[in-house]
Amino acid sequence: MPLTDAAPIVTRRVAIPESWTLRAYLDSGGYVGLRKALTMAPEAITQEVLTSNLLGRGGAGFEAGKKWSMLRKAEPVYLVVNGDESEPATFKDHMLLETDPHQILEGVLICAYAVGAARAFIYVRGEFALGQERLTAAVNEAYEYGAVGRDIFGSGFSVDVVVHPGAGAYICGEETALIESLEGKRGFPRIKPPFFPAAVGLYGAPTVVNNVETMSNLPWIIEHGGAAFAALGLGRSTGTRIFSLSGHVNRPGNYEVEMAKVTFRDLVENPRLGGGIRNGNELKAFIPGGVSAPWFGPEQVDMALDQDAVGKAGSMLGSGSVVVMDHTTCAVRAVWRITRFFHRESCGQCTPCREGSGWLEKVMRRIEEGAGREEDLELLLDVCDNIAPGLGWPPQQTTICVLGPSIPSSIKSGVNMFRDEFLTHVKEGACPYG
Amino acid sequence: MADTTSQTDTVTITVDGEPMAARPGEMVIAAAERGGVYIPRFCYHPRMRPVGMCRMCLVEVKGPRGFALQPACFIPVADGQEVVTRSAKVKKAQDGVLEFLLVNHPLDCPVCDKGGECPLQDQTLAYGPGETRFVEEKRHWAKPISLSALVYLDRERCIQCDRCTRFADEVAGDPLIEFKGRGDHIEIATFPDQPFASYFSGNTVQICPVGALLSRPYRFKARPWDVEQVESTCTMCAVGCRVAVQSSGSELTRYIGLDSDPVNHGWLCDKGRYSYEYVNSEERLSHPLVRKAGELVEASWGEALEAAARGLQGARAVHGAASLAVLGGARLPNEDAYAWAKLAKGVLGTDNVDAQLGDGLPAEAVLGLPRATIDDACSAPAVVLLAPDLKEELPVLYLRLRAAAVAGGVPFLELTPRRTGMSKYCRTSLAYRPGEAPALARALVDGISGSEVAGVPAASVAAARELLGAEGAVVVLGRPSLAEPGESIAAAAAVLAGGLPGVRFLPALRRGNVLGALDMGLAPGLLPGRVALADGRAWFAGAWGAVPEARGLDAADILGAAAQGRIQGLVLLGADPVADFPDHQLARAALSSAGFVVSVDTFLTESSGQADVVLPAAAFAERAGTTTNLEGRITRLGQKIVPPGVARPDWMIAAELAFHLGGDLGVESLEDIWQEVERLAPSHAGITRSLLADRDHRDGVVAPFDGRVPTTSRPPAEAATATGVGSTTAVPGAVDPMSTPGVDAVETHGLPATEVAPAETAPSGGIDPGPEGEERQVGAAVATSAAPPMLAWSSEHGPQSPPPLDGYALRLVSGRSLYDQGTLVQHAPSLAALAAPPRLRANPYDLERLGMGQGGQVRVRSNRATFLADAVPDAGVPRGSVWLPFNAGEGSAGEVVDAAAPVTDLRVETP
Ligand SMILES: Cc1cc2nc3c(=O)[nH]c(=O)nc-3n(C[C@H](O)[C@H](O)[C@H](O)COP(=O)(O)O)c2cc1C
Ligand code: SF4
Ligand code: SF4
Ligand code: SF4
Ligand code: FES
Repeated sequence: MPLTDAAPIVTRRVAIPESWTLRAYLDSGGYVGLRKALTMAPEAITQEVLTSNLLGRGGAGFEAGKKWSMLRKAEPVYLVVNGDESEPATFKDHMLLETDPHQILEGVLICAYAVGAARAFIYVRGEFALGQERLTAAVNEAYEYGAVGRDIFGSGFSVDVVVHPGAGAYICGEETALIESLEGKRGFPRIKPPFFPAAVGLYGAPTVVNNVETMSNLPWIIEHGGAAFAALGLGRSTGTRIFSLSGHVNRPGNYEVEMAKVTFRDLVENPRLGGGIRNGNELKAFIPGGVSAPWFGPEQVDMALDQDAVGKAGSMLGSGSVVVMDHTTCAVRAVWRITRFFHRESCGQCTPCREGSGWLEKVMRRIEEGAGREEDLELLLDVCDNIAPGLGWPPQQTTICVLGPSIPSSIKSGVNMFRDEFLTHVKEGACPYG
Repeated sequence: MADTTSQTDTVTITVDGEPMAARPGEMVIAAAERGGVYIPRFCYHPRMRPVGMCRMCLVEVKGPRGFALQPACFIPVADGQEVVTRSAKVKKAQDGVLEFLLVNHPLDCPVCDKGGECPLQDQTLAYGPGETRFVEEKRHWAKPISLSALVYLDRERCIQCDRCTRFADEVAGDPLIEFKGRGDHIEIATFPDQPFASYFSGNTVQICPVGALLSRPYRFKARPWDVEQVESTCTMCAVGCRVAVQSSGSELTRYIGLDSDPVNHGWLCDKGRYSYEYVNSEERLSHPLVRKAGELVEASWGEALEAAARGLQGARAVHGAASLAVLGGARLPNEDAYAWAKLAKGVLGTDNVDAQLGDGLPAEAVLGLPRATIDDACSAPAVVLLAPDLKEELPVLYLRLRAAAVAGGVPFLELTPRRTGMSKYCRTSLAYRPGEAPALARALVDGISGSEVAGVPAASVAAARELLGAEGAVVVLGRPSLAEPGESIAAAAAVLAGGLPGVRFLPALRRGNVLGALDMGLAPGLLPGRVALADGRAWFAGAWGAVPEARGLDAADILGAAAQGRIQGLVLLGADPVADFPDHQLARAALSSAGFVVSVDTFLTESSGQADVVLPAAAFAERAGTTTNLEGRITRLGQKIVPPGVARPDWMIAAELAFHLGGDLGVESLEDIWQEVERLAPSHAGITRSLLADRDHRDGVVAPFDGRVPTTSRPPAEAATATGVGSTTAVPGAVDPMSTPGVDAVETHGLPATEVAPAETAPSGGIDPGPEGEERQVGAAVATSAAPPMLAWSSEHGPQSPPPLDGYALRLVSGRSLYDQGTLVQHAPSLAALAAPPRLRANPYDLERLGMGQGGQVRVRSNRATFLADAVPDAGVPRGSVWLPFNAGEGSAGEVVDAAAPVTDLRVETP
């Protein structure tokens, strides 16, 4: 029972056998959008994307068309596609890379044409061996087919596409670290300003960085028009979006649903979606948009999957991953594990994140292991405050990139929402969940 | 580089409510500092690209969405920008960063070299929280580990500021250290099997804001509070880097580079930095020695001076003043060089005087060509290198020029018989056949009709000519190879001087004060002040009593004459011709045939060991005075310790020897000497001691002095005057502790405070009693009628052109490496260990012809000597040429070079 009438867009081919091949892609209407795009003026494409109000699917949710329009006027322009997907519990790009690489590629070509990119780079997470293989195969097929390379489909437009493997660093998903990595350097994020990719990006050239899922929407938008996309969803949250649902639900997985018209409760409980919480357990809390996002409690479960609504409530849809925790979850342990992730993935460039992540992890582990002190709670919050002053949302930061100020999200959620549970750990000198 | 921004080209920012003028393009941290607001920092260094990593400099900057924390080192100033450095929010951020930095910091201050001069300690006191709230286990590493022979790393103390790595890559061009790992497990690391063997590695220790990088020679040697310091100038080479000389008790403990805007930007090379070890050496000469029954035995000063005087007088009485010669002096301070020039020319009466040892250029060319400064070169429309490998011989000049090429976009053109450290930064590097530099220079000026000249294809010459289009090129001029005569290079320079409009020259001569010694007249045919003997005879005869009649011999001719028994009295001023003169055979023959030899030196060398009288001289930091760098820049030397035993400054030795010779130099102090120099030497008119002591002239004064007060763009911290880093508002000490940790409140560049003011001589242009009581005018602004003109040099008569190379021979190219068998290096244990054994380098093609493509042992044969050498293929040596290092031990070029020949050809054979 679909929740809305909206048909899936980016996942519409996942059930087709060998959906990743050119044959299957062409049989299901592939490269129609690109052919159409090549007959249009590049500005007209950008206009369609502006009309669609397609929001970036990588985390920040910035309007794709607006990003393209902000490019500094200079030659050359590069297109960089972010397939580094490493946020814990986010696995949608992974699926798109393996099941529908041609759709990504078609989107890349449309975008490259629209912004006049001299070359496009698709940066794929190092661990996605199959995704890399299929995407590379798709690029090779597309070259042969005439969709990539010189004089695409006889249009006179040429662009080369390069698939670049990551090497196991979450931080290389941050767009400027990704650019450094592409340039062959350490994955250290650059300071913005001045290094906004649209102004000074890859090799110093104006650069568009967009997510794999963002790209995957483009063929449909060009084929059906931006207005058709904008007709889906509500307000600024248009179209459909994949949500990676994980945690204590009966049916974890990727679900593409219409934005803003579906609630978290739908996502968790609808039998075609999450199918409810395991063992009929109670919902304790959920993370609405990846581990960088502050947590929500049961009282927010009826909120729609609407970027602005979630933002106003103090969190974000982020990378589109929803993590469900039932009442058997130890909040302290959950916070510790998330903090440990950031500790391991901090690039180490800036002092507050490099040292703060380790410090916070050590304190969290100590509390979880029963050696916590009551004053540790204030300490945790104050150390967090030194990374993200004010602990507000969206966070302020003393760091270069937003990995640093993402660390406090789970800690402040844990301490504020489950203070008693933290104190129990301290008082009992052990984890009550065993 | 010189500051070219004009005063009107400014924007106004507001810092803590106070408006401040700022230069467009500069960062808030720099503008605020100049305006008197010090923003704390760790990673920012005024001489390197900002990275914004440590986050210590966070301040609030108003943007479109209100005030936000921004790194002051990474935010460029903008007109109307509002900056707040003292809010509660800023304070909390600073507290936070310091607390974070201490989280994994071992705090083993009591056993840390940096303790007491540590920016982390200091800034924690000034800005940090009272105590740490960190109770967890800290990160642990094995410590320390060795990055190179000179640098140790304590990874636990590293705060990941990226200063060392940035320096290595950006400033030194030796990217041999890098971050490894991520997060709080980042460590500084070298690449596998590649130590941090950079000639500039010591700078990383200097700028490390904590005790993570340690100098092996300094480790555990001293505590900052036991150390005294004085400002001085390094004289290990002629770049003249400014240093703070530190000592503990009577021992030198360390040199720290000071930021001189026109010269060294705070950097030192490792040879200069660790050269203090030779001063401390146990083997220093501490007592006079006199040869008795064939042995050198200790003697009193009186006895030794008497012996020296008798020997020299005896020679003069029998063979005439022309049988006397004075060699060396290029490492003496100006005052000492002047005293010896006066002694030689005025008292001994000989013009056979040469501060250079045949390894430089004809003195008239050096002094008579229009001169350029380092800044001139760094902002020239084009720079021509006709010089030795600057990375090996004048390291910090190499740093400056490299930066001009890489970051400044200055086009470099190199004329060289062999690839050098600068080659890869040159737009064009023309490899000429040894001995044929003049022909190539001629082709650059006039173009060529044939297909090649001096081994360089016509197309390359044409490309190079295009680079030289604009007026005002600077030629860096030195000896590209010791196996071709200086006259050949001077001839090439003459062609460039005549053919390139507006060209100026920056001499690339090596020994510390060689330019000063030449200025002081330690060269044949010259008198102090860049005056030709003929022009200055009357002037100096009046002042000195007498000057020689005719031009004397230069080093090569002195040694040649000595070998033939025509030099009966030879004085060596810190000179070791057997090691330094390019033709060792001739030098040895000369020393054994010179009738009577007096050596004034700091060590017993192969040459001074053969002397009849050896007089122990004071070394660097044991005497004051002034020195002159390759630009002609005069700076003050600081005295910090006393000489060993009864060793004395050279000028005193000259003055006393004059008495023993029945003469009188008429000087009793350095002040006397300098006053006389300023009065008599036209190139030094107006450069009074008080001028040199003036803080406006802290970077020295370039002779001749044009009367201008420099408007330097020196890093603001150094121009500031208050002390302490007590709070955000306090202006830092005389030196920014963060740009040069370890130096604070450096004493007024080498002068005792009492000497700084008042001015000790009449103001420039005033009336001063002249020598012998006559009245005359002196000073920069006033042209004196009596003073002789300064030399202007041009020469069009070319040198001998080299004979054609026969098909079986290879033509020799030679030069020095930074760490060689030189006396000073060899007496500095840390440096001596770095000297490499000599290797023969030849083009792979030529070695292939011998069937030795991979290199290996070869036999080297010349008409002088035959020896075995280790050969390595090196594409940087052109076909038909062969490289042997100079003064690198047995099997060096000195064994085979023939000083009389225009080139030296060798046979290289399988053994
Ligand atoms: C620490 C960090 C990790 C990120 N990882 C990813 C990622 O794996 N994939 C991604 O698309 N965006 C990631 N982003 C967001 C990117 O910086 C960038 O905003 C995004 O790729 C832009 O694409 P979009 O506008 O299409 O969303 C990350 C951001 C941060 C701060
Ligand atoms: S916030 Fe963390 S991950 Fe981001 S640049 Fe700083 S240290 Fe690196
Ligand atoms: S070793 Fe010193 S200079 Fe290098 S990064 Fe660490 S703290 Fe900075
Ligand atoms: S470059 Fe020359 S003057 Fe400078 S530190 Fe090195 S030896 Fe001394
Ligand atoms: S971030 Fe500005 S000094 Fe380090």
